[in-house]
Amino acid sequence: MKNIVIDAHNISKVYNPETIPVYAVNNIHLHLQEGEFTALVGPSGSGKTTLLNLIGGLDKPDHGNIYINGTDITKLSARKLIEFRLHNIGFVFQSFNLIPVLTAKENAEFILLLQGVKRAERDKRVLQLFTEIGLVEKMKVRPAQLSGGQQQRVAVARALASKPRFILADEPTANLDSVAALHLLDLMEALNQEEQVTFLFSTHDPRVINRARRVITLVDGSIASDSAVVSTSAPHEHP
Amino acid sequence: MWIVKLAWKNLWRNPTRTLVTVAAIFFAVILSMVAEALKLGVFENLVKNVVSFHSGYIQVHKMGYQDEQILDNSFSQDNTTASLIANTRNVNAVTPRLEAFSLAASAELTKGCLVAGINPELENNITQLKTKLVAGKYLKGSDNAVLMAEGLANSLKLRVYDTVMLIGQGYHGATAAGKFVIKGIVKFGSPQLNNGILFMPLPAAQEYFSAEKQITAYILSVHTDKLLPTTAVAVKRVVGVDYEVLTWEELMPDIKQHIATDSNNMKIVQAVLYLLICFGIFSTLLMMMLERKFEIGMLVAIGMKKSKLILLFIIESVLTVLTGCLAGMVAGVPLIFYLHYYPIRMGGDTAKAYERFGFEAIFPTSTDSTIFISQALTVLMIGIALSLYPIVKILQLKPLTAMKK
Repeated sequence: MKNIVIDAHNISKVYNPETIPVYAVNNIHLHLQEGEFTALVGPSGSGKTTLLNLIGGLDKPDHGNIYINGTDITKLSARKLIEFRLHNIGFVFQSFNLIPVLTAKENAEFILLLQGVKRAERDKRVLQLFTEIGLVEKMKVRPAQLSGGQQQRVAVARALASKPRFILADEPTANLDSVAALHLLDLMEALNQEEQVTFLFSTHDPRVINRARRVITLVDGSIASDSAVVSTSAPHEHP
Repeated sequence: MWIVKLAWKNLWRNPTRTLVTVAAIFFAVILSMVAEALKLGVFENLVKNVVSFHSGYIQVHKMGYQDEQILDNSFSQDNTTASLIANTRNVNAVTPRLEAFSLAASAELTKGCLVAGINPELENNITQLKTKLVAGKYLKGSDNAVLMAEGLANSLKLRVYDTVMLIGQGYHGATAAGKFVIKGIVKFGSPQLNNGILFMPLPAAQEYFSAEKQITAYILSVHTDKLLPTTAVAVKRVVGVDYEVLTWEELMPDIKQHIATDSNNMKIVQAVLYLLICFGIFSTLLMMMLERKFEIGMLVAIGMKKSKLILLFIIESVLTVLTGCLAGMVAGVPLIFYLHYYPIRMGGDTAKAYERFGFEAIFPTSTDSTIFISQALTVLMIGIALSLYPIVKILQLKPLTAMKK
């Protein structure tokens, strides 16, 4: 049996709790195993991004616990959470969010610099990643000189650089044309299958949904359907 | 090292803004350096002018003379003491003087005046008396003649080679009286001196006052007035407890007070200048934070520690301010030296007013090295203090809030 990477227990996030409470995430149980390629779908306002933010440790739930590889991230201090994210979670954002003054290589290398990885090791890892994303010839180019699709592939390389437990991607294809979106999906799928990288991404894009091996649908902050219901109905026990 | 590289690259993400900020700091440093150099330069010049009129930088008297300036409080001239004083560190020149008041008279007029017995050569080393000569010739040590201040000569309607009668009280109550040829006329800027002093060689004065070998003061000039207090202490140690050693600040407390008041006024001007610098740097930091808020949020989200972000912003601030400061110093130092050797020269009524008091109407700058360092350091400190703003903002930052568009 594969390791459980994400295990969310009964998590809720309420906005305006004292006036008109809005349940962005309402009592969700969710767990993801290593190597899953999961799409989080649902209409706008259904809580996809909030759920991703909670799992990514960027926000704290009002109720419930979230275990990442056995660590309850809801109990971590803000400082510890930053450290935890650095070593365990890769982020891919909708609008790429590369650092404009750094080259593609330096952007991908950035996480490794934060981790204090030595130069030789960094160079090796970054070359490997750029070979995988097919942008070796663009390594010394700044983001502004790359297309949207290429920028997003560099963002994936950055997210993967530190070999995180999983990658959270918030609408990764939203700003890409169809060719770039397909290339990105091919890349993510290849990384998932060949390197067992776990992906959890929110999306509206049917092309992405069709490629996902598991689809979780959110409606009004709750899970309306999950193509792997059997897994979600058996919550993992933690000490 | 990578963080310095990133900070440097960040500075050039908006080159115009960075250059404008560096330029603001550059001009601020030059302005504050020139303002400070001018302030100190003008004061140095004022002191130089005032002490060169008559007082010298330091005077040595018999204890009690300053409070009761009479001949009975004179002391015996002693070459050994004079030589010990001259050999004290920072002492440039020493001259003896015998001073007392007398009544000067021409054929029809009389006027009270200060009679100063001097060593003409040594006196000239300190007060440049020879340069004040406007008619006749300068004194020699063996002369039995006087140099008369222009105002006094005019009052008595006397000219060069006329004779002046002096009458007064000599040492231990003796009567002092004598006739002296006016060998030269000297002009002083100070009306007080110009209307009431005459000089004669020290031996002639000692004979006139019946004060053989007696003097009332040693007048000292120094190499640098920055060491004035320590020099005064050293001289005091040499001459012993029977003498009082007074600096020009103690001899002329009103001048010291005037400098202190002016200096405080200048501080207000400088404070306004620093305030402008603050606004310049702060507006840049504010813009930088607002522009990069999303990116900062993203950096924290992907795992950049806030301490590293703070370090990044401090390095950016320091690099900007340091570049401006160094450029300002590089440009400011030659400018200050230029203004030292070619001082700002006043014209019109201001010049006349200055010249009336015997001052050259110039505003020279001081080249004291502490000015360059202190002004640049002050601006640097302002820059660093203002970078507290991004620090506070980063500490308060929540990545999700920052990343909301």
